[in-house]
Parts: sequence; C-alpha cells; structure tokens
Amino acid sequence: MTDVTAGAPERARGGSLLEGSARTKRRRAREWRMKAYGIGAIVLSLATLFVMLATILMDGVSAFRQATITFPVTVDAVIVDKAGNRNPEEMAKVTTIGYKRLLSQAFVAHLAAEGIDTAGVPEKDLGDMLSDDGPARLRDRVLADPSLVGQVVEVSVYATGRIDGYLKGRVTRATAERDTNVTPEQLDLADNLVAAGILTMPFNWGFLTGPDASDLRPEASGLGVAIIGSLYMMVLVAIFTVPVGVAASIYLEEFAPKNRLTDLIEVNISNLAAVPSIVFGILGLAIFINFMGLPQSSSLVGALVISLMTLPTIIIATRAAIRAVPPSIREAALGIGASKMQLVFHHVLPLAMPGIMTGTILGLASALGETAPLLLIGMVAFVTNYPAGPFEGGVMDPATALPVQVYSWASRSDPAFIERSSGAIIVLLVFLVIMNVAAILLRRRFERRW
Amino acid sequence: MSVFLILTVLGVLALAGFVLARQRAMALAGGDARRLHSRPNYYGWHGSIMAAVPAMLFLAVWQIVQPMVIESRLSGMFPPEMVQDDSARTLLFADVRRIAAGLESAIASGAMSADEASALDAGAVRDRLAATGVALGADVQPETLAAAQEYRGLATVGGLWRTVLVLALAVAGLAYAIKLTGPEFRARNRVEGVVLALLMLASTIAILTTVGIVLSMLSESIRFFGMYPIQDFFFGLTWSPAFQGNSQLGLLPLLWGTLYITLISMLVAVPVGLFAAIYLAEFADARVRAVVKPLIEVIAGIPTVVFGLFALVTVGPLVRDWIAMPTGLGNSGSSVVTAGIVIGILNIPFISSLSDDIITAVPQSLRDGSLGLGATKAETVTQVVLPAALPGIVGAVLMATSRAIGETMIVTMGAGAAAQLNLNPFEAMTTITVKIVSQLTGDTEFNSPETLVAFALGISLFVITLCLNVFALWIVRKYREQYE
Repeated sequence: MTDVTAGAPERARGGSLLEGSARTKRRRAREWRMKAYGIGAIVLSLATLFVMLATILMDGVSAFRQATITFPVTVDAVIVDKAGNRNPEEMAKVTTIGYKRLLSQAFVAHLAAEGIDTAGVPEKDLGDMLSDDGPARLRDRVLADPSLVGQVVEVSVYATGRIDGYLKGRVTRATAERDTNVTPEQLDLADNLVAAGILTMPFNWGFLTGPDASDLRPEASGLGVAIIGSLYMMVLVAIFTVPVGVAASIYLEEFAPKNRLTDLIEVNISNLAAVPSIVFGILGLAIFINFMGLPQSSSLVGALVISLMTLPTIIIATRAAIRAVPPSIREAALGIGASKMQLVFHHVLPLAMPGIMTGTILGLASALGETAPLLLIGMVAFVTNYPAGPFEGGVMDPATALPVQVYSWASRSDPAFIERSSGAIIVLLVFLVIMNVAAILLRRRFERRW
Repeated sequence: MSVFLILTVLGVLALAGFVLARQRAMALAGGDARRLHSRPNYYGWHGSIMAAVPAMLFLAVWQIVQPMVIESRLSGMFPPEMVQDDSARTLLFADVRRIAAGLESAIASGAMSADEASALDAGAVRDRLAATGVALGADVQPETLAAAQEYRGLATVGGLWRTVLVLALAVAGLAYAIKLTGPEFRARNRVEGVVLALLMLASTIAILTTVGIVLSMLSESIRFFGMYPIQDFFFGLTWSPAFQGNSQLGLLPLLWGTLYITLISMLVAVPVGLFAAIYLAEFADARVRAVVKPLIEVIAGIPTVVFGLFALVTVGPLVRDWIAMPTGLGNSGSSVVTAGIVIGILNIPFISSLSDDIITAVPQSLRDGSLGLGATKAETVTQVVLPAALPGIVGAVLMATSRAIGETMIVTMGAGAAAQLNLNPFEAMTTITVKIVSQLTGDTEFNSPETLVAFALGISLFVITLCLNVFALWIVRKYREQYE
C-alpha cells in the first residue's frame, strides 16, 4: 500500500481542493489542445473546399456571358451570290473569307453611321475585333435561307477573346501593350461601343450548345459535344451496369454457395474497386479498341470502360441494400410456399429497389466525373462535329466528355480557356448536385426502418 | 439477313413461344391452373427461353467462328511471305474486310451493280470506292482484291447458312418446348435453373475484368520486354523517350516522383484526416457531427479533374510565389509540393471517414474503463482508443496511399512532366500515371518500345496498388476479429 501512496502525485501542500495542481492544468491543457487540433483540421479542410469551389465559381461564372457585337449587315449579292440565281449550291462556293469581308465592312460602316470615334484604330483592326466564328455563322444562315440575300439583317457576332477578356477584367491596357492580338486603342473603342449599346454581354447559350473551337477562337468554344458525349455515356453505363450489377449482387447475396469460386469473386470485386482508374483505361485501349476494333474516341468505348470501373461500386451498394431486407420477409415468403427465386424477385428485390437506385445514382455520379481512363481511349481528341442521334449510331461517333473537356481546355495556352474550363466545371458540378440531390430525396422518400 | 433482323425474328419467336406454350399448358390442364405443376406463366417463359436462348448462343458462336474460318481459307490465296508476319497479316485482312465492306455498301447504295463489283480490276477499285465514300489507304494489290471478292462470296454463303441454322434451331427449340409442356412438366424448376445460370454469369464479370486487365497488360509488357531489356526498365536511372529510337526508359525516376508526391500528400492527409476523425468521433456533439461529416465527404464527391484545375490555377502559383521563389528553391508552377498538397486534400475525407468508422467501432467498455480510472478524454483517446483502433487506421492509411499512387489527373495537371531524381520538392517531377497518359494519348500503333512501355508501367502500378490494398484489407480483417 505504501508504494501506491508514494507514487501518487503530491498535492500542493496546503493548497485548496478547488484549485487544480500544475499537473491537472497540464492534463486539461492537453485535452484542450486535442480539441483545438480537431477543430483546426475540420476548419482547414472545409475552408479548402470552400476556397476551391469559390475560385472555380468566380473564374467560371463569366464563361456564361459573352461579349457580343450587334449591328446590321446588308447581305450583298455581289459578294455572296455571284451568279445571282439564289442557288444554295452555287452560293456555297463563297467561303467564309468573303463573309468576313462583308462583316468587317458592315461593322466599319455602322460605326461611322453611329458616329463613334474610332481614332487610333486602323480599319483592319476594327474588323479583327469580330470573332472568326461570325462569318461562318452568317454563311450558314444565308445558305439556309437564300432569300436573305440583298436584305439588311441584324447580326450578333462574338467579339474576340481579348475584347471579351477586357470586359471581364482579364485583359488590361498594360497587358494589351505587350499583346500582338489586341491594342490599347481597341480597348478604348470597346468602352465606347459598350456606352453606345453596340457591345453587350448577353447570356452565352453558345457555351452550353456549341462545339469546341480551335486555340485561336476561345470565344466560340462550347460544351455541346461534351454534354452529348457525357449523356450518351451515362445512359449506356446505366444500361450496362444496372442489370449486371443487380444480377451479380442477387447471386452473391442469396444463392452463392460458400466455396472457392465465391471467395474468388468477392476478393475480385473488392480489389477492382481499388484499382487505379487509369488501369481501366489501359484495359479499354487494349481490349475494346485494339482487340475488338471498336472506334476510338466513341462514347460506346468510354461507356464500356466506365462500366467496368463502376460495376464494383454498384455491386457493393446493391448488396448492402439486399442485405438490409429483414429475414422475417424471407421467412414469411418461404413459409407460404414461395420458391427461393420467387422470394427474391417478388419480395426482396422490390423492397431493396430504393436502396439499389440510390447506390446506382451515386455510382453514376462518380462515373460522370471520371477523366483519366477516357484520356487513354482518345476522348481527349478535338471534336467539332456533333455525334449523330442515339438511334443512328451516334454512340460510335467521336465525342468528348465534360471532365475531359475541362482537362483539354485547361491545357491550352490562352488564359481565356481557363475561364472556359472553370465554366465547364460549373456545368459538371450542377449535374453532380442534381444527381446527388436525387439520390438523397429517393433515400428520404423510400427509406424504411424495419 | 442482318444480325439485327435475325435478333428481331428471334424476339418474335420467343413471344410466340410464350403464348403457345402457355396456351398448350392451360389446354392440357383443362383450363384449370391448379392441375398444373407450375403456374401457367412459367410454361410460357419456358417456351420463350427454349426458342431464343439456344439460337442466340449459336448465333454468337457463329459470329466469332465465321471470320476465323474465312481468314484461314483466304490465307492460301496470298504468297506465304505476305502472311508470315502476324502484324502484316492483321493489316492485310483488315484491308480485305474493308474492301469487301466497301463493295457491299457501294452495291447497297446503288453506285455499282453486283456484276460490276465482281468484275472490278485492282487498279480501278480505289477510285470507284472513293467515289462512294469508302476511303482506302494504299493501292490495292490484285491478290487483295481477289481475296476480297472471295471474302464477299464466302460471307454471303455464311450469312445464308447462319440465318437458316439459327432460325431452324429457334423453331426446333420452340417445338421441343411445346412437346414437353404438360401438367406434369416441372416448368418452374427449369426456368429458375436458367435464371440462376444467368445470375451466376453476371457475377463472374468481376473475374473476367481482372483477367482482362492482367492479360492485356501482361501480353503487351512481354512484347515490351522483348524489345527493351527488363533490368534496364526496372533499374534504369534515366527516363528519356525519343521517338526516333534509342530511348532510355528507366522506371526509377518515375517511381521516385510517385513516392515523393505520395509521401507529401500523406503528410497533409493523415494528420488532418485523423484529427478531424478523432474530434468528430469523440468530442463533437451529435448536431455538429451530422452537419460536418457529410460536408467533409463532399470533398470526396468532387471529380479529380476539378482538383487538377485547382492545383494548376491556384495552388501551383501560390506555392511558387510565396514559398519557392522567396526561398530560391524553384520557379516552376507545377511541383511535387503542389501535387502533394492537392492529393492530400483529396484524401482527407477518405482517411477521416474510414478512421471515424474504426474509432466508433472500438467498444464503449474500453472508454468507460479508462474514464472510470480518472483519465481525461484526451488521455483515453491517445492511450486506449487509438491503440485499439491502430490496425484499422493503418489499413485506412495504406488504402489512401494506394489511391494517391494511382491518382492521375491531379499529377498530370499539377506535378509537371520532367522525370528526374531530385530531392527538392519545389521542382517539377513526374509520376508513373502521368507517363502512362503521355505515352498512350492519341497513339494506338503498338510497335515501338516507347508506347509499349506504358503497359509495363501500368502493370507495375497495378501490382504496387494491389499489394497495398491486399495488405490493408488483411490488416483490417485481422483487427476486426479481435472484438467479435
């Protein structure tokens, strides 16, 4: 007994019981420190998350607005229809160069008519403020409707990326001094145009619907092809993974005998869930493209690769949902004479369905953001043609996907593409939020406590 | 008949099988379902299965075997030196198939009559096909054209037999099912047997995927090691691929970059994730926990390409301007530290939610015992809970490590592309995954060691991450047994 008292901490002689000893204070301080570290860690991670989302939102939200110049153009028959017979096939011989001249002349004339001061900006630079995308659009419009020839039409043409960047604060007069693509005088003129209401910043539908554009025309690049490609892929992934995933889960949960093969399957599923995604890309390249000869960059190959990757996730979620159905249901069904198969398909599966749906939607949401394997099967290619409709073999056409578009824009040199890239992330995140909210609502609506 | 049309006919036959077999069962039972062994629909399902499934299996086998048979028949038409080499042979038959398909589509679109197509000579075929929208690469050899014509003939004959045999098999299956049908016939057991087989087949896809991964990477890696010495790959200190040949493809610089970045990411993720988990599991009250835990898990739901852009646009310049440049350690926007920090952030929720689960799984009696002896909460955590949870936490950290090693987008966008063995964390370095992407993107001609090396890199990555995961699972499982 004496040992114990000897080892005990000596209380400060004569001190009050209400006052902690130095050692107690130390112990309390440690307690306090540990809490502070914990709170610090949480604050740090949430702050990083917030900063990341805020930066992307701030960088990207301007991608949805686009500097656009509006002015009337006389579609001059001398330029666009030399033969003069309004035959679209003959008019198609006039290239965009002709239309570019038409647009520049009309723009210069309109500025003169409005009395806007163009001091210091040579006539050629005036035309260069219009995006190269404008002539192509005007040409398509005229070819689709030859009756426009000879008339005055109101056109809205994107301003070039530099002018756009100036209005969004990315380009300043100081950078314009060093830039060969824009002069400070053009920026002054842009201010005047804004004041005159010719240069406006409307909502940019082209960003959501248009195809990608080359390095030189960031203002014309859009997400249309990427959104269609991602949509095709998600639908195909759902078609491939849901039946197979549910069937595999049913077998493993309800029928599989305890043997070597079952163990092997289980180990495989848990390991596949942890294989780096890029390895699935290699698999897709070697098997689907080289061995089976499916077309590169197509949404079909992308969907196959992503399906193999998502399958383990969906199997794990589905098995959890099936396991959550209580044994009493099974026993009741067996008790009134149902076969094992009837028990599963008539009782367990319908009851597990909400859980399966939730797991599937979450699996698809993570599949939507997957990028690395798609790079290897060629979806990073520069695609400007929309894939065909889903029933005309569109899944075999080259396409890109939303996250891949984020990557390929981020790797271009013009800073205007960083804005586009962030804008694409906003679109991607909106889709992810919708899917996650759907999963949460589904869970709330159908969740059942047994 | 095209495959699609055959499948449609099979679908119709299956429907007919359902109706006929069900009707016959009901008729034989005198209209009273109680006298049947199974419920009437099972007889119907049996009818459709017998009509469709054997025929479909036969069709699938035929689709695989027919091209192989035709190719072996056609090989005799070429001089032996043209078909000796495997890759030349593959290219040759791809040409033959393309010409044959081009001729067929030209006939189908009416640009050519069937007689014209059969009488074409080798010189004209390229121009004629180009006119109908089929582009051929090189000039067509007379042998190739002859083989293509022969191919068309064989394919037509094969297609005819295919249609006849498949439909005959479907009708025979249907007839057999109807003949079997009767009140005593155990239709449900049969149908359930088939469904069980399908379920089992679905569950083997996981194995097939693993086999596919290993085989595809292994076969190409073996080809790579045939061209490039294996010891130079695993122990080489230089990575400098050159597409004109003479590349040095050493794994070590890439492995070093990978491990260095992983180390830094773990230095970020482990303390932050662990402290967050300890706080949430032991100190936070239920309401805080209910809000904060899902918020941290939001990080895990954000696509990695978003983190990549964050590394490229925000973290990279920040590290360069505030740390690397003032200390004179580097001036590169992409660096080991940048990628490491961002991967660390990505892994925080992974470590925190796994550790949280493990800490909450420690039995309450251990905590009660410790608190009862007078320990503070912090002492309970460090001296009782954490030691009890340690194996599980180690498992979680190992799994997070394997994720960091396999991470691709963040390092592609944030770590740089320079392969070097360097200790300075503010230099740009590169990883295994970055090089897999850069060696394979936009290239599918697998003939040079410079592209094939990606498969050797892939299999190294696969083996490393697999070992880590298996080891982690083993630790976690061993730990779990302690409290059961």
